[in-house]
Amino acid sequence: MGYDSEMIYYDRVSKIYPGDSVALEEVSFTVEPGEFISIVGHSGAGKTTLLKMLLAEEQPSSGAVFFESINIHDISKREMNSIRRKMGTVFQDYRLLPQKTAYENIAFAMEAAGRTEEEIRSDVPHVLELVDLGDKMNNFPGELSGGERQRVAIARAIVNQPDIIIADEPTGNLDPINTYDVVQILKRINDLGTTVILTTHNKGVVDSVGKRVITMDRGKVVRDDREGKYIL
Amino acid sequence: MWTTIKRIMRAGFLGFWRNGFVTLSAVLVMAVTLFVLGSLVFTGVILNSTLTELKSKVDMNIYFTTDAPEDKVIEVKDALKGLPTVANAQYLSREDALAAFRERHANDQLTLQALEELGDNPLGAVINVQAKDPTQYDSIAKFVSEMPVIIEGSMLDKINYYDERQRVAIERLTRITNSANQLGFALIILLAFITVAITFNTIRLVIYTSRDEIAVMRLVGADQMYVRAPFMIEGILYGASAGLVTLVLFYPFTYWLGKTTQSFFGGINVFSYYLLHFPLFFALIIGSGIILGGISSFLAVRRYLTI
Repeated sequence: MGYDSEMIYYDRVSKIYPGDSVALEEVSFTVEPGEFISIVGHSGAGKTTLLKMLLAEEQPSSGAVFFESINIHDISKREMNSIRRKMGTVFQDYRLLPQKTAYENIAFAMEAAGRTEEEIRSDVPHVLELVDLGDKMNNFPGELSGGERQRVAIARAIVNQPDIIIADEPTGNLDPINTYDVVQILKRINDLGTTVILTTHNKGVVDSVGKRVITMDRGKVVRDDREGKYIL
Repeated sequence: MWTTIKRIMRAGFLGFWRNGFVTLSAVLVMAVTLFVLGSLVFTGVILNSTLTELKSKVDMNIYFTTDAPEDKVIEVKDALKGLPTVANAQYLSREDALAAFRERHANDQLTLQALEELGDNPLGAVINVQAKDPTQYDSIAKFVSEMPVIIEGSMLDKINYYDERQRVAIERLTRITNSANQLGFALIILLAFITVAITFNTIRLVIYTSRDEIAVMRLVGADQMYVRAPFMIEGILYGASAGLVTLVLFYPFTYWLGKTTQSFFGGINVFSYYLLHFPLFFALIIGSGIILGGISSFLAVRRYLTI
């Protein structure tokens, strides 16, 4: 089924919510390891639903989603948890724990993944350095700017060395300068070999990445360009 | 593995400690249940000891005629001792009976003088019998009066056993003990149910307040056990602390109760009973608390923590 080198394979995935509201319709595409994919489209085009399928937060009405050749809707929760450890997620609203410092937020994710204290002590400062927040590790999210918070969230997403970073509108709440920073960090992560899937409706983000672009409209893939621009 | 257990324990303790007010209410409600459980044990102890006390006061005296031969009387006593329903049978010779009579009437000069006038010992030998159960005296009396040795020698004077008042008291007390146990059991079931419901809701509340942390755990693919176990630790901690609160409360409670009940019911002092059997109470109260807390948090976690 599909190609041997693929990392993710959407096989004619449809999602129809009760009341005949179609969120996805016969969506098929593959993602190769090391790719940087931008998924663009208006609000309600199905971008977030597409990502939720990959995280197994939603079941497809028909079709299947394969991650590293495993149908992720056909496995136990325990197996899904081990797959989630290969995925780092970043959201528009950061989802940091407000009562923990930047350091503790990242350490918490490593603890939950069962990493040792030594690994935590050595890796957390390292990833914070990578997102240029080495000097803010003891600050609470409330003391950080939006861009800094999103960088903490990215650091948390990459600290467990996932195979892929899934970023759902990561720049949605950020000003242009912070948006630029976040995109540069995601590109750097991609250059280090991690696959990145990014959803956005920000034309500037897509144009500055300059990589593969999948355009969605009303639940369908309408364009898939190798070196695309934001066209709608 | 050890690191994971340590982290789960730490998360459980932190949740217990940080949700101060929620914790307090859960612990208090569980303490009420455990207190009722313990009180029922004490009630049972008081009633049972009163019953035993009352039963031991009930006995049967078999009076023999003055000319009954001693060896025959001892023969009867031995036969009685052989009965499975008899707890104890004691032989009192004519001389012993007289001595006991003199002692009992030591202050009664008139009676003692009358005894002197008689010259001879007017009292026959006596066998004092204690049955294992007060309802068995009827059959024992029947057995004695039908013994061949007694019928042949016509040496039986009379058989005295408990009077009607004692019988009524014992029967009533037995009934009270039984229904107290039943009522207590029903009460425990009801309260246990309420406790489970409240602890269940408390854990649900705690899960709700921790939903952000749970979401983050999910995102990084934490194991189910890693997410769920801290909440169960919390529930168990509620139970254990409620147990400790109850054990402490029982100290002044039994002290006060011991004074009042001992003079009223006779029998044993609940305070010294409590101190004497403390390890048992500790295991019972803390154990019940842990089981109640563990079960209810397990149910809440299963119901509300879908991962």
